[in-house]
Amino acid sequence: MSNTYRDSCGAGLENEEFVDILEERRRSSDLGHALRTFSPHPYKGAESCSNADLNKAVLESQYLRYIAKEIAAETGSSVEEVREEACGILEEMSQNLQLKCIRLMGFTMSKVLKRLYSGIFVNMEGLNMLQQSIQEHPVILMPNHRSYMDFLIISYIMFTYDIPMPFIAAGIPLAGMKLVGEVLRRSGAFFIRRAIGSDKLYWAVLSEYVRTIVKTGIAPLEFYVEGLRSRTLKSVMPKLGMMHMVMEPFFKGEVYDITLIPISISYDRVLEESLLAHELLGIPKLKESTTALLKASKVLQEDYGSMHVNFGRPMSVRHLCEGKINRCQYNLVPRDLPQKPSAEVQACVSWLANLMVRVQEEGSVMGPWALMACLLLQAPTIVLTEEGLPWQELTDKTLWLRKLALDFGARLNWPSGQGQAPDTDVMSSTVALHGSVVNRKSGRVFLVQEEVPARNRPISPEEEMISTAAVVLMLASYRNMSLHIFVRPALLATALHITKTTQKDELLAFFCFLRDVFSNEFIFIPGNSSQDFEEACFLLKKCGAIHVSEQEVTVSDAGLEVLSFLQALLQPFIDSYQVIFRYLCENEVHVHAEKQFLTAVRNLATELILSGELHTYEALSSDTHKNVLSALQRLDTVTKSRASEQNEYTVNKAAVRRIDDILSGKIPPQMLHTTPEAKL
Amino acid sequence: MKWNGWGYSDTKFLFNKKGQAEFTGKRYRLSGMIIPALKEWFEGTFGASMQHKSPAAPVLNSGAVQPPTLNEAFLEELTSTGIPFSHDAEDRVYRAHGHCLHEIFALREGKVGRVPDMVVWPNCHDDVVKIVELACKHDVCLIPYGGGTSVSSGLECPTEETRCIVSVDTSQMNRILWIDEKNLTAHVEAGIVGQDLERLLNESGYCTGHEPDSMEFSSLGGWVATRASGMKKNIYGNIEDLVVHVKMVTPQGVIEKSCRGPRISTGPDIHHFIMGSEGTLGVVTEVTMKIRPMPEYQKYGSVVFPNFEQGVACLREVAKQRCAPASIRLMDNEQFKFGHALKPQVSSMFTSFLDGLKKFYVTKFKGFDPDRLCVATLLFEGGREKVLQHEKQVYDIAAKFGGLAAGEDNGQRGYMLTFVIAYLRDLGMEYYVIGESFETSVPWDRVLDICRNVKARIIGECKNKGVQFQPLSTCRVTQTYDTGACVYFYFAFNYRGLSDPVHVYEQVERAAREEILANGGSLSHHHGVGKLRKEWMRETVSNVGMGMLQSVKDYVDPKNIFGNRNLL
Repeated sequence: MSNTYRDSCGAGLENEEFVDILEERRRSSDLGHALRTFSPHPYKGAESCSNADLNKAVLESQYLRYIAKEIAAETGSSVEEVREEACGILEEMSQNLQLKCIRLMGFTMSKVLKRLYSGIFVNMEGLNMLQQSIQEHPVILMPNHRSYMDFLIISYIMFTYDIPMPFIAAGIPLAGMKLVGEVLRRSGAFFIRRAIGSDKLYWAVLSEYVRTIVKTGIAPLEFYVEGLRSRTLKSVMPKLGMMHMVMEPFFKGEVYDITLIPISISYDRVLEESLLAHELLGIPKLKESTTALLKASKVLQEDYGSMHVNFGRPMSVRHLCEGKINRCQYNLVPRDLPQKPSAEVQACVSWLANLMVRVQEEGSVMGPWALMACLLLQAPTIVLTEEGLPWQELTDKTLWLRKLALDFGARLNWPSGQGQAPDTDVMSSTVALHGSVVNRKSGRVFLVQEEVPARNRPISPEEEMISTAAVVLMLASYRNMSLHIFVRPALLATALHITKTTQKDELLAFFCFLRDVFSNEFIFIPGNSSQDFEEACFLLKKCGAIHVSEQEVTVSDAGLEVLSFLQALLQPFIDSYQVIFRYLCENEVHVHAEKQFLTAVRNLATELILSGELHTYEALSSDTHKNVLSALQRLDTVTKSRASEQNEYTVNKAAVRRIDDILSGKIPPQMLHTTPEAKL
Repeated sequence: MKWNGWGYSDTKFLFNKKGQAEFTGKRYRLSGMIIPALKEWFEGTFGASMQHKSPAAPVLNSGAVQPPTLNEAFLEELTSTGIPFSHDAEDRVYRAHGHCLHEIFALREGKVGRVPDMVVWPNCHDDVVKIVELACKHDVCLIPYGGGTSVSSGLECPTEETRCIVSVDTSQMNRILWIDEKNLTAHVEAGIVGQDLERLLNESGYCTGHEPDSMEFSSLGGWVATRASGMKKNIYGNIEDLVVHVKMVTPQGVIEKSCRGPRISTGPDIHHFIMGSEGTLGVVTEVTMKIRPMPEYQKYGSVVFPNFEQGVACLREVAKQRCAPASIRLMDNEQFKFGHALKPQVSSMFTSFLDGLKKFYVTKFKGFDPDRLCVATLLFEGGREKVLQHEKQVYDIAAKFGGLAAGEDNGQRGYMLTFVIAYLRDLGMEYYVIGESFETSVPWDRVLDICRNVKARIIGECKNKGVQFQPLSTCRVTQTYDTGACVYFYFAFNYRGLSDPVHVYEQVERAAREEILANGGSLSHHHGVGKLRKEWMRETVSNVGMGMLQSVKDYVDPKNIFGNRNLL
């Protein structure tokens, strides 16, 4: 069922009660808040268990003992040495949640949040449901990840509303930050190394740690199913390792059920917007350090609008997995021993992980800016930098798009109706909030040009382009916040545009092809392609853009505007992918080292943009480049191998060319061979 | 015996005019006593009320019973053998069911489905041989009937059966044929019921020690045919350990071994085709089984644990040290409370159930949470010295898991409960409460998980299916083995407001069984498969396993004379 998770398709936010939790903070003492009596109702089955007990249980588990013996036998070291190493890993990893520290964090966060945000809106109904669920079964909190601000906001809300504090899975770089690392640890963060790869002992310690937390239910577990912070504000294809670890206690019958809480955090304006854009352009990310954080503190002077934290409806793993998993498969081997997950389990975990991301998307709240960004990006960049877009045109279009978005079921944060500011005021203040991206002069909207220090002038065309690209990518990121609403109809619009057919089955075939090619870019639930197609048809029909009959899909006269908007929405992605496809096909070599590949592709894109052959700056984004590589791997046209220093990619040129040809409409789509989801 | 409920006609629970629970008759320790706390527990647990009664149809309406389909040729030849038979409606209905909830519920409502067309009472092995020969000759379907205590729909007549169905009632084959004191074996006719077997052996100073909870009514042949298990299996073994020799009459002739050697290596043990065959291959007529001198000394005991987890850990340790007493059972908190509700009135002073409970734990078990504590009941048997020594060993282990000795009386009451609980179901059915028990066996590391998950599943399913009241969902660990345990679940609910309570009940039980299997539990520890659990046989024993069983059936009984359609 495609719509099982779409029980709230309601447009707008009128029906939901979002409460600004900062309002209370602005009225009463932050110190009082930090020192409030904290008396949450924990999970009913939880045994009280200190952090030391938890670590001890992990180290003494049958599973770790077994793995230690196995590793000792493989490496020739003694079991004690291996266990010592395990102990070290656990020490590096484990959280050390302390209420004192939470109070301190609470106090600091109250101050910071009030400075940054005009409001933090939380849906009380979701919070109430969470409060209930926590007592019933072990709970997994699954927020999306768009900003460092995500990190402690959940804990802050939990503290404020007397809900047990979560343990939070975090990337190891955060642990390395002086002081901050320790503070996070004491706030419940536990730290996971990046690129664990085949480190057997590390996997074992981590999975036993996670499993023990879930099994005993000593605290809710919070983790980002996307694995890392999205650099593009677009959902990231979920990582499956952690998801599997979290679900295993249910598969193995160690708990009756597990409750997943999807949480959608949405920002009007993201703290790291400019950093992210530069990172995407290959200007290296600053190492996470405390000094870097302090340097960034000028960021704190600006206004970031409001934040929405939407706690989704609790989802029962038992219910979700019904009929998908035969739990008897764990009957014949002791549950404490390592066991490779079966294909059935892998498919289920992948399905569920993707579903969770989709639910997060559906729960996310977007403001006018996401819509305006879509429209701004459809104007030629040169227009935006040189002559500007007429304000009237932009606002008219935005209002048109608002209607479309609402038709498509978007959760739109657009105060309107009686007693609210008129729409134009809303848009004006939106543009004002995003002064880092656009400015409005004499009735026109311009893209902001980075100030270049006088002594550096004159600057080269490349430098100028990079500076423009940074702003375009920021804009693209904000557009991405609305993509999940439009992507399915947009795929259909693109299919109509490229195939020029009205035959439903041909359209479906092309739709599926696009979905396959772009499923590293947008989140699709595995196995749901025909539901996605139906949804696209339904939505386009609903807004009057197409007529759908048994065999045919025809465009209505009134539908051209919608379809061309949707098709233009996807165009940057198609253009970017094609640049890379052509690079891979036309290049003489067919083995590419990762770093060289990324540089070469960026150079090519730069060249093409400067020569006017390529119109989208998004082709410069390293995120896109990596996605193309992953997609081609998934489509079995590129194989990855580990060379001495870095990854190498071997390309099947003919296969890539075929994909490119289908995408250009030169040949009809064939079924692409896709390998199942990445390993757990 | 009752025709639409459990046990003896003179024995039942009822609420008397004062609203107090009372157990009638003279047969049990509890008989004739007032049980003051039961009403409060009953009403509190199920939300049941004395005002809402659901009485049974008082007498069987013979009109509801289909007239028999008789095979005239068979009847004629059978008559000439002189073996008694009947096609009286009551005789037929009585042998058409076991004690599954749906069977009893239907009888109480006066509903009767397909029943045997006639009943025969063979008097000895040779009679059975004749009956089977005639059945083969005239293509008649035979269903062996022992004590009628099946809880697997094993006695239900297949509705699709069009042939004449003859119930072969073995109750007249109830003699001990000889006792061999040199080898300590007894040769017994298979129709004997448990309590008679023990009583007769006791007269000679022996016992089998095989005491399934149904032993008052179940028969030796039934035990063999279902792979029964006795409460005291830790000393005496289960039926497969007790049987030395079996004779079974099949359509192909009589199957038996040629000697009484204590163990033989002659390919797969043919006894294992017989044990658990559930009446699909033939009629067990005579069994040679182990006997033991009667124990010199018996002592009950009980231990209270702060929680179920500790209790299970203790049982596991006892099993590890292989020092389990004759019986050791662990009840969960709900059953502990239930046990308390069944305390008879000792003085005229009335104390409420909760007061009594409070008094019990406050005075004796300070610091134990009355909503979490649980109790293990124990039975020791053997020489006096050894029993006392054994008892100390077990209590020492219990102490390591926070267990405190709670007296002989609590232990004994625990075992008594076993015999009266089936009567209690009949009481419940008078007040809109239906229930049942079912069992499984499971490895040690899964015991806690299976108990929690199955109980939770029952509660969840009841909610989903629209049951208006919180069900009773409780369990106990009833047997320990080296590698695992036997777990019993009890489940009952108030069905007021449901249009088809039996269907709801069956759906919940089915879900509970799914949950058991998903948690590494077996399809059955000793109740057997019958028709109730057939749907899971293939996944339980694999395709090849099914093929093996099927090919045995095909060879032994190609015409499906033993057509109860159990198991396969």
